[in-house]
Amino acid sequence: MGSNLFANYGEAVAMILFGIGFGNLLLQPNLIKKIIGLNIMDTAIYLFLAEKGYIAGRVAPIVTDGVQSVEAYINPIPSGLVLTGIVVSVSVTALMLSLTIRLFQRYHTLDLDEISKRLKREGL
Amino acid sequence: MDFVRNFPCISIMLCLFAGIISSGLRDKAAMWVNAALLTINTVLSAYTLIYTLALGDSFVYVMGTFPAPWGNEIRAGVLEALMALFFCIIMLLSLFGGRHKLMEVVEEDKLHLYYVLTDLLLSSLLALVYTNDMFTAYVFVEINTISACGLIMIRQNGRTIEAAVRYMIMSLLGSGMLLLGLCMLYDLTGHLLMNNIKESVALIVADGDYVIPLIVSIVLMSVGLCIKSALFPFHAWLPDAYGYSTISSAAMLSSLVSKGYIFLLIKIIYRVIGLDVYDDTRIIDILFLFGLMGMIFGSTSAIKENDIRRMIAFSSVAQIGYIYMGFGMGTQAGMTASIFHILSHAATKSLLFIAAIGLTDVSGGSRAFIELTGSGYRNKWAGVTFTVGSLAMVGVPLFSGFISKLLFSQAAVQNHAKMLPALIVLGISTILNAIYFMKTVIRIYTPIDNSVYSVITFKDMPVYAIVLLAFIILNVILGISSQPVVDMIQQGLATFA
Repeated sequence: MGSNLFANYGEAVAMILFGIGFGNLLLQPNLIKKIIGLNIMDTAIYLFLAEKGYIAGRVAPIVTDGVQSVEAYINPIPSGLVLTGIVVSVSVTALMLSLTIRLFQRYHTLDLDEISKRLKREGL
Repeated sequence: MDFVRNFPCISIMLCLFAGIISSGLRDKAAMWVNAALLTINTVLSAYTLIYTLALGDSFVYVMGTFPAPWGNEIRAGVLEALMALFFCIIMLLSLFGGRHKLMEVVEEDKLHLYYVLTDLLLSSLLALVYTNDMFTAYVFVEINTISACGLIMIRQNGRTIEAAVRYMIMSLLGSGMLLLGLCMLYDLTGHLLMNNIKESVALIVADGDYVIPLIVSIVLMSVGLCIKSALFPFHAWLPDAYGYSTISSAAMLSSLVSKGYIFLLIKIIYRVIGLDVYDDTRIIDILFLFGLMGMIFGSTSAIKENDIRRMIAFSSVAQIGYIYMGFGMGTQAGMTASIFHILSHAATKSLLFIAAIGLTDVSGGSRAFIELTGSGYRNKWAGVTFTVGSLAMVGVPLFSGFISKLLFSQAAVQNHAKMLPALIVLGISTILNAIYFMKTVIRIYTPIDNSVYSVITFKDMPVYAIVLLAFIILNVILGISSQPVVDMIQQGLATFA
């Protein structure tokens, strides 16, 4: 068990980072810190995927010097998934940031709980 | 190859293109593009449904030139086509029913953006229904989330922006877990296509070596989708998001967006993991338990609510509890009941939201119950429709809710271990439903001096009245001739493996 964990330290780190990001996104009251948590969480998943797709001693599957053997390259699919995931996470982050700006302009605070309290008081 | 086999792909592509074109159009033009798109998609889905019914099987459409284990695929069967058809019809009705409100709350020159969002929402829903590839499903889950968030915040006030932020946060937690779960599943099996994953999962279970990672991945995907579809403990964002957004958005969010995620979970259970393996993991018992808790908790919260829109929103929490309870039975019958309830709830909940706006409009815009007194006389169409929706939700015969409750009870009786809790909670939940819906119906039909309020007749809003009529017809059709629909669901589930 312990040796497995050490051999796959990349995946272990990815899981710890995922936990940190997840906790931040869930528990931080500050919106910017929440978005930072979101990005840590997503990046942890990309690290996990990259770590899983990598095969020691091989290179990225771009044919430059005429080597066409499958043995020379790593699995390209996880890299493709990471790229797609990055696009998704960029757009989601942009949306969250724009919402945060809207809220800040209205309430001059980034604390989501504080905003909820004020909304209740306004009785809107 | 028959030309019909292109239809699922064409309908998804049409939505995406319509979204792109609408972003450059004026408000009215975008609206007509959207209406035409929905009509075309309804026809295409209906045609696909007829084709698959005649075929008696599902078909696979290869996207691009790479064959099965590598490429991307679309798969259409009876169940998928039925869902797509239903989603298109409900969306069309919700949009037309809430159009007059939309023009009031959305800023001038921004209305076309609303239709861009609905086009994208439809494309993601159709893609979730039809896709055969797990990662494509994830990408469209995110598109669904983004467009749903836009639908909430199109009405710009503090409440809706806060609701949108809360919705985004919960959704992002859910999609993070879904993504991690499916990355793990990919690592375990080496595949992204559903059929191939299922074959590998069967080998993993037979082998016994990697069962724990497999269970972790199943748990992550299930919990992720539960969060996104607002199962009971994760429903905190729901009342605000449904209660304060514009009425078409509320109708679409409650009846379509959460159902898209639930349908994806059904696909994961049947086509990726396999019902037997999923049943053995015991996750199913947790879904069952939370489903039951949601049924009670959603109804009690709805009783306490003094705002008609929020009351309907809390009722959604209870109804989603029903659907998960059906999953939790772990049997074919339970799943059939759940899928029928997805359809019946989609038809009824959008009807209730659209009818509620008619009632609040003739009560000076107030949503508090005291102001609604007698509103059923001031807007007769909305009053009758709301009554029909309430009766359907409570489960009175003739309406769709009765059939789903009947199917749930039949499924419960077949499962000995879970029969007693399921039946007891079904009974309690029905009584609670009756309390808060009948309370509202009595309230809107309590006579009052109506001279101070404006009275709405058919001539004032013909489109709205026709939409309400269509909703009632849809509900009664589901309630009276349910057997063909149930047969289709069973036939679809049989080819789902």
